[in-house]
Amino acid sequence: MLKDITLGQYFPGDTVIHRLDPRTKLLMVIVYIVALFLCKWFVSYGVALAFLATVIILSKIRLKALFKGLKPLLIIILFTAVLNIFYTDGTVLVEFWIFRITREGLINAFFLVLRIMLLVMGTFLMTYTTSPIALTDGLESLLSPLKKLRFPVHELAMMMSIALRFIPTLIEETDKIISAQKARGADFETGNIFRRAKALIPILVPLFVSAFRRADELATAMECRCYHGGKGRTKLKQLRYRRRDVLSLLLGAVLLGGIITLRHFGL
Amino acid sequence: MSAIIEVKDLCHTYSAGTPFEHVAVDHISFSVEKGEFLGLIGHTGSGKSTLIQHLNGLLQPTGGDILLGGESIWKDKQTTRAARFRAGLVFQYPEYQLFEETVFKDIAFGPKNMGLSEAEIRERVLRAIGFVGLDEAVLEKSPFDLSGGQKRRVAIAGVIAMEPEIIIFDEPTAGLDPAGCASLLENIRAYQKATQATVLMVSHSMDDVAVLADRLLVLNHGRVEMLGTPNEVFQNATRLTEIGLAVPQITALFLRLQELGIPVDPATYTVSDAMRQLLLLKGGKADA
Repeated sequence: MLKDITLGQYFPGDTVIHRLDPRTKLLMVIVYIVALFLCKWFVSYGVALAFLATVIILSKIRLKALFKGLKPLLIIILFTAVLNIFYTDGTVLVEFWIFRITREGLINAFFLVLRIMLLVMGTFLMTYTTSPIALTDGLESLLSPLKKLRFPVHELAMMMSIALRFIPTLIEETDKIISAQKARGADFETGNIFRRAKALIPILVPLFVSAFRRADELATAMECRCYHGGKGRTKLKQLRYRRRDVLSLLLGAVLLGGIITLRHFGL
Repeated sequence: MSAIIEVKDLCHTYSAGTPFEHVAVDHISFSVEKGEFLGLIGHTGSGKSTLIQHLNGLLQPTGGDILLGGESIWKDKQTTRAARFRAGLVFQYPEYQLFEETVFKDIAFGPKNMGLSEAEIRERVLRAIGFVGLDEAVLEKSPFDLSGGQKRRVAIAGVIAMEPEIIIFDEPTAGLDPAGCASLLENIRAYQKATQATVLMVSHSMDDVAVLADRLLVLNHGRVEMLGTPNEVFQNATRLTEIGLAVPQITALFLRLQELGIPVDPATYTVSDAMRQLLLLKGGKADA
């Protein structure tokens, strides 16, 4: 059950999309999101969809994996769609009791659902094709100008990679503790919500204790290897922009420019 | 004597149908007699841990069945839950599962889940700490203030307090110092003598299980490689080494002696037996 969590899961591969510099991918996602919010009518949404489809095909990520990521958001998507259908003024199509469905409402709801889906799938595509380490590396590099303002960029990136690194470890640990407490007859499945919440104590206490122990050990291990923050630290994998990155960024600029132009014409 | 545990053609496959599919237990069958001490040995990844988690119903077999006292533990929900209390499982590094404010409350967790009365719980906790060699003074302490060895004993007491008919230990001495190991094993042996419980013990140390166990079950790649008394198993010392297991140090020595042409039994595994044979060879008194 715990192993099904796909949060930020990375599917290793060797496609153009996988090989792109993580900074390029981060920038592209930002450009893509901004472009999505500037979309106004079917034409611009079509352009965004075509862009996403191209990236999906290039990355060889299966659609099933992308839709699986959408599942947890289904309720939010439905909720916003329903709200938009009923709360938009315009040409009335159907009316009953206190509800009124308008043409504009339907179109708005459709665009909103499409926007959320495109947004989520686009960002998932990035995490699916970029290893967490590369991602934090890219983030650190992109944010490095903030270092001048004394913003702890390196420390933040390091904390992020440590957190990501420990997710599988903690999941495994939780599984073990659950088994051990079950072996002592702990019951997590029956009873009302308060009883169930209370039943979590035998899991959470050992989990926290071990997380603190691990953190302590990790800190010692890092100090033993003379870690003292980001200053003067070199990297094994240097990030370098290549031709494909330049091309992608140009494509991103064209996408954004195109969407803005389309918006200007109300398309 | 009747079989208390019967494992029938047990199979367990992890993540079946995905690229991560892995067969951990592959058609295993054996039975354990009431009051027996069975040692489980096998190298890392041989399926020991998967196997023992089936015995109390923590894992559901993907094939085959587990019978406790002649009854399948998967008959219905109640039987499965009851199996947890009938077969107590002490995990590896059990001290990491302690969570209560006091040692007493932690040991009482299992009995409490069984729905016993306060008086009965108190009695069981006191008995349990006696078996693991702890002093009553620790009962009101926080388990997190104890030493590593004491924590381990508290965790073991937590399972013993449920007074299961069968108790399964997964590497109970891992990470303890030699003195701690010896005294814990002595506690386990004394516990079995006093309660007539059936004991299963997973161990990497051949020297430990050889002395304690009535029979040994050797696993290799999820299958039963050997099953028999230590003497029978150690006859196949070469095969044991082949599958990455060591024989007890005394057995290794006696194997070497046999190779040198000295007439000794190569399956010797206890110090007293070794001494008897050596004295016989020297023409001394056999009962020394």
